[in-house]
Amino acid sequence: MSVDLERDRRTLDFRAEVRAWLAENVPDKPLDSFDTAAGFEQHREWEARLADARLSVVAWPEEFGGRDASLLEWVIFEEEYYAARAPGRVNQNGIFMLAPTLFAHGTPEQQRRILPKMARSDQVWAQAWSEPDAGSDIASLRSAATRTDGGWLLSGQKTWSSRAAFADAAFGLFRSDPDSERHRGLTYLMFDLRADGVRVRPIRQLDGETGFAEIFLDDVFVPDSDVIGEPGNGWRVAMTTANNERGLSLRSPGRFLAAANRLLDLWQREGGPADTALAERVADAWIDARAYQLYTFETVTRLAEGGELGPESSVNKLFWSQLDLDLHETALDVLGPEAELRGDWLDGWLFSLAGPIYGGTDQIQRNTIAERLLGLPRGPR
Amino acid sequence: MRFTVSPEQRDFAASIEDLLRDVDTPTVVRAWARGEHQPGLALWRRLAELGVTALAVPEEHDGIGASAVDLAVAVEVLGRHAVPGPVVESIAALPVLLADSGDTRWLPGLASGELIGTLAWPPQVPYALDADIADVRLCVSDGSLHEFTPAEPLSSVDSARRLSAVDVTMDRGTAKARRAWRYGVLACAAQLLGAGRRLLDVSVEYAKQRSQYGNPIGGYQAVKHLLADVVTQLELARPLLYGAAVSLDAGHASAERDASAARVACADAAYLAARTALQVHGAIGYTAEHDLSLWLTKVRALRSAWGTQAWHRRRVLDALCDERRTA
Repeated sequence: MSVDLERDRRTLDFRAEVRAWLAENVPDKPLDSFDTAAGFEQHREWEARLADARLSVVAWPEEFGGRDASLLEWVIFEEEYYAARAPGRVNQNGIFMLAPTLFAHGTPEQQRRILPKMARSDQVWAQAWSEPDAGSDIASLRSAATRTDGGWLLSGQKTWSSRAAFADAAFGLFRSDPDSERHRGLTYLMFDLRADGVRVRPIRQLDGETGFAEIFLDDVFVPDSDVIGEPGNGWRVAMTTANNERGLSLRSPGRFLAAANRLLDLWQREGGPADTALAERVADAWIDARAYQLYTFETVTRLAEGGELGPESSVNKLFWSQLDLDLHETALDVLGPEAELRGDWLDGWLFSLAGPIYGGTDQIQRNTIAERLLGLPRGPR
Repeated sequence: MRFTVSPEQRDFAASIEDLLRDVDTPTVVRAWARGEHQPGLALWRRLAELGVTALAVPEEHDGIGASAVDLAVAVEVLGRHAVPGPVVESIAALPVLLADSGDTRWLPGLASGELIGTLAWPPQVPYALDADIADVRLCVSDGSLHEFTPAEPLSSVDSARRLSAVDVTMDRGTAKARRAWRYGVLACAAQLLGAGRRLLDVSVEYAKQRSQYGNPIGGYQAVKHLLADVVTQLELARPLLYGAAVSLDAGHASAERDASAARVACADAAYLAARTALQVHGAIGYTAEHDLSLWLTKVRALRSAWGTQAWHRRRVLDALCDERRTA
């Protein structure tokens, strides 16, 4: 049993290269938020620089802009990325949710057409899952895909679509069989956010920025080539996306370890050693971040040996959503009266508030854990 | 990196599991609590035959000299079955303490299971466990090893933990105690994790069988969500336990910090498992007849044995701050 990440020259060199590149290239002044028009374009340019160094999608195959890195190297990349305080990933919906779906279910043509542009953020993706009446109960969605010559016509309304205010394209589920119910008769489609019939209405979030939007669709044409998997089989295809959102790829341990280390810095600077209650919370936040790192090492080992992510991804998500809150709430309490002033910790706290909601609420994750991991009977929701 | 137990370690755990599955441990535990030690001592002899008592004893003293990971694997199973006796003391901390301090004459006996030892370590471990049956009774204080005689008996919340105060007698010289402490803390954490997992498993089974309002209670979200939180905490505590064992084996500077972090997480997860188990079982779980009480009380006792949660959290934070000052 070992937890030594670097055991060979290749991984050592990889970490050194990533660290050196980031030290050289991460902007001294933080970029504007990618949920503003100016910040969105700054982040797009940053992604292009990352892609030039072939660091934007390290785990992808080389032909699409990656370097065929192992899952372990991806974890190392993430540790370095967050430790260097590099910019947030504007195309994370594409890279961490759509791309795994395309690798699992996309055609070679789709992969060749979409992935290289995604790797450089020439095309930035929004997600389009939720609808006004379909939140946690995503299988009750009603937006329709109607058969037409050579493709489909999309109609309906999507909401809480992350990045949709400024993104280029979106992906989501649509009801392609009007007589179907629940998770049958759904089709997974990609569509251009600038196509005829699409209207995007940005929604201002708790933090004042337009991180998500409503999307109104009125007979928007989508060619057959933008269907992922078989029509009518969208639910199964979407489960790939959901597992990635909940599991490993969207929230790597590097992110929380970096936050825990910044919390320790803050504690050493500002903390009152006599405040034992707060000291214990600082210790717990670090312990939990370390637990999440080691749990991820277990998962990486399991996947490397042919295992699957499965319902364990709900354990993962339930844990990190609380961890993210704990880290930021503790930091704000260390800051004392300074906590209410806008700054990194406050922005991070505002972001962490959404964690227990998106990608399946904590309550939905608990249902999944209870039923699929513990084998408890399904009950009414 | 390969962060999982090896097939050999899995087989070893399974062999202990096989042995304990066939033993009615609740009956053994209850007898032990009454001072009837024979069934428990017989169980210890069978565990010794599997090598459990020899794990932490170096090979040159007739032990196995196993890794801390091996030890954690074994003690987790003992916790799962609530095996009575001074598990942390006799199997983990004492062998390491004696070997490191160069006081080796009891080691072969501890390895073979002919001797059982106990250990007090004030102020964190002020009372000695099962001193009445222990052949080796030592106390670490002020950097020295002492023999002690048991003073008045004390009652623990876990009636199978037969505690006594300590009357220090003979000084046996300087204690090299650093590694022994870490092994003790690690074994305490492993026992808690095993106990917590057992409490979860019996609660899940009970929730499937117990019906109210015409449905199994495990179908209700209020119950499901309690159990989902328990499994999440246990799942995330386990890697800290095994990460700490790896740190100990590798002699990392962070070994003490990692052992404390593991103890904090395993004790919190096990305690949540215990509270939840009682809530899921309802009144039947509150009875002395039900076996649940054996695990529930053990978890409460172990949570403050070998250092309180606050003490371990402080150790973790101090270690982290020291690392950063020297870095």
